[in-house]
Amino acid sequence: MAIIERPSSAPAVPAVATPSSSLGALKRPMMETGWKSWLFTVDHKKIVIMYGVVAMFFFIVGGVEALLIRLQLALPDGKILNADVYNQMFTMHATTMIFLFAMPMAAAFANYFLPLQIGARDVAFPRLNALSLWLLVIGGIVLNLAWFLGGAADGGWFMYAPNSGPVFSPSNGVDFWTIGLQIAGIASLIGSINLIVTVLNMRAPGMTFMKMPVFTWMILVVQFLLVFSLPVITVALVLLMFQREYGATFFDAAAGGDPLLWQHLFWIFGHPEVYVLILPGFGIISEVLPTFSRKPLFGYPFVVFSGASIGLVGFGVWAHHMFATGLGPVSVAVFSIATMAIAIPTGVKIFNWLLTMWGGKIWYTTAMKFAIGLVLLFTVGGLSGVTHSVAPSDTQQTDTYYIVAHFHYVLFGGMVFGLFAGFYDWWPKVFGRLLNEKLGSWNFWLMFFGMNLTFGPMHILGLQGQPRRMYVWTEARAGEGLFNLAFWNMVASIGSFILTAGVLAFLINIVYTAKKGPKAGADPWDARTLEWLTTNPPKPHNFDRVPVVHHLDEFFHRKYEEDTATHTMRRIADGEDLVRAEEAAADTDIHLPGPSYWPLMLASGIGILGLGTIYGVPVMVVGVVVLLLASYGWVLEPSVPDASEIDPPSPDGSTKEIASLG
Amino acid sequence: MADVAVHADHGSGHGHHSSTGLSNNKLAMWLFLGSECLLFGGLISTYMLYRGRVSDGPHPSAIYDIPFTSVSSFVLLMSSLTMVLAVSSAQRNDDSKTNLWLTVTALLGSTFIGGQVYEFTAFYREGLGFSTSLFGSSFYTLTGFHGVHVSVGVILLLSTMGIIRKNRITGNKAEVVEMVGLYWHFVDIVWIVIFTLVYLIPA
Repeated sequence: MAIIERPSSAPAVPAVATPSSSLGALKRPMMETGWKSWLFTVDHKKIVIMYGVVAMFFFIVGGVEALLIRLQLALPDGKILNADVYNQMFTMHATTMIFLFAMPMAAAFANYFLPLQIGARDVAFPRLNALSLWLLVIGGIVLNLAWFLGGAADGGWFMYAPNSGPVFSPSNGVDFWTIGLQIAGIASLIGSINLIVTVLNMRAPGMTFMKMPVFTWMILVVQFLLVFSLPVITVALVLLMFQREYGATFFDAAAGGDPLLWQHLFWIFGHPEVYVLILPGFGIISEVLPTFSRKPLFGYPFVVFSGASIGLVGFGVWAHHMFATGLGPVSVAVFSIATMAIAIPTGVKIFNWLLTMWGGKIWYTTAMKFAIGLVLLFTVGGLSGVTHSVAPSDTQQTDTYYIVAHFHYVLFGGMVFGLFAGFYDWWPKVFGRLLNEKLGSWNFWLMFFGMNLTFGPMHILGLQGQPRRMYVWTEARAGEGLFNLAFWNMVASIGSFILTAGVLAFLINIVYTAKKGPKAGADPWDARTLEWLTTNPPKPHNFDRVPVVHHLDEFFHRKYEEDTATHTMRRIADGEDLVRAEEAAADTDIHLPGPSYWPLMLASGIGILGLGTIYGVPVMVVGVVVLLLASYGWVLEPSVPDASEIDPPSPDGSTKEIASLG
Repeated sequence: MADVAVHADHGSGHGHHSSTGLSNNKLAMWLFLGSECLLFGGLISTYMLYRGRVSDGPHPSAIYDIPFTSVSSFVLLMSSLTMVLAVSSAQRNDDSKTNLWLTVTALLGSTFIGGQVYEFTAFYREGLGFSTSLFGSSFYTLTGFHGVHVSVGVILLLSTMGIIRKNRITGNKAEVVEMVGLYWHFVDIVWIVIFTLVYLIPA
């Protein structure tokens, strides 16, 4: 990564680095290419690509786990997995998909586009950004290490007592699970603080809150949800860890503990988490729908404030996951009504999206198909969600496949479709090439049909009473005709393979695009927001000139002007030309934060410390030592390399003097 | 936590203009402390739920030594005063006074930790182990977490002092001291809540 960007008119001379020591031991890594330039980078764009690769890897891992589950359930008395492995499989499927795919992938989108959409050159704390990534990677490794060290966690992703206790879960799986999730939680917490500060403090001149793109808004809401919900799950995980490692009895009913305490702590986190997962998807399609309908988003303030109110109300509905536990009529009524209320802002959004498309010149790209798919499928999932808010009905549905159907419609149909809409819309931004539309079409339709075939039948299975988390079902209780369990289980299993084919089409598309994809121009979609006011892919410093913002959809308004006579929009500039104009007027002496060893080292220290809770005090001590060393190295290293670390003169002497930075 | 924020911005881009006017570091610290409120909220709730469940172990009222804990609480409270003096000296760019008050604050903090170690040992002798009862587990978890926070604070104070001495500070010195101060005051305020709920209100 270039440390100092020179004006693009000047000849490109690599910054030659003579690293100074920061702690004496380790010198600042200055390489611009090779594996070290990735491991030690603090550039938000490089970090995001690593986030993306990691998340995609875990998407495949989680997907394979799901396929094994569906294979097991395709026929009565399945023999593929035994009960124990099946338990590990569904637990790790959910854990992987939520914490290691969905959250990191959303974090990837947020990290890449949030600085670009607000006209910033990086996030507020670039080194903390790298730390978040490495903590996530280490959390993911710890979670999955358990597969090889005696068996993975097997108590369901919400790990209720007594399933989480040593009697029902004697392996170390749950221990790795608590440690892995705590580490991943620290990663998310740091990431969310970083992004909030970035949005609040680093907006380009003129970008007021109500001129921020909706995606940025939704990500901001999500980060607030994370900041205030993650500490609660941390408490729960710490208590569980103390129970399993050090003999406490917090959730052990036999010793007077309260299993319900776990459920409350878990869901006080767990419900906001649901919105943490879905709101980024909402944000993405709120960008995609206007672009491909060639209309501004209908009712921007309504979309923004309904998103914010979903976030707010999302903190007050957690106990609807616990209607079957006997909370008492008052609690049930309150949480029931609050849950119904949350349908209102969600409905507002859906109508806004529909009205955005209404009367627009719709361009059926793959991104647009996924966005429309989200609106459709999320509505299905939302409606079954409303049926859960009715407590008497919910007690019938609790722990059946009806629930599984519901949350896969909102998470797969909502979250994942939103992410895929984002892939197709923003791929040219990140990699400079357009994904293939034909493969994209296969990708979409296979996923769309596959997903409906997989999860649609689960409504029927659930209403027929097939319980979640059972490793076999028996022919004897299969039922008849339209309600035959055997038929619908088979349909769901076949659907899951069609879904997989859709995902494969996407992976093929990635490879194909990398090799043969057409280079994208600066503005392939006639886009609306600020991230397109720079090259594809963006330079390390994002913007040649910090943009000054006058409008919501600033980039669009630089290209179009209203014809006052006819009230139509008239094109006045080309996106391509605008980007070139920015390059011509580039700032000089842009200072970017330098790469650093410490984030990776600090993250390793935390990982070792975590494993120490399982493997004993000596391991812990090693972890603490690494942690402390890395912290001191970090603190003593200026985040921007100072002048002495860079050789200023270039052969033609064109380099400017380096301005000092705090 | 003393990360140095970077406005990777244009021109002579010197650190301190931001959309809100607050510095990135301070904003991040406030958010972190907001998050910490929920962490202690969860731990305090757990304690409140379990404080009466003593199994065969001692009851809270039998082992709490209110006068002793009041004194150590007072010591911790006074450390907030000395922290304020340290921040004020740092803002006046008076390094020797800053170091003095940071040292005093760290000493007071360490005294509090010493008190806690003594208290834990005494409780253990009176029969309250970590796994004796739900009360014991939740008491040690809550106050232990707070103790770890104070200890981290002491390390921060001493480190800040060392870095100022060696003149290796990266960033605005007064702000670094102020951020350590924010953390320190937070830990102090949490103790006031814990002291009231845990020790003063009878179970």
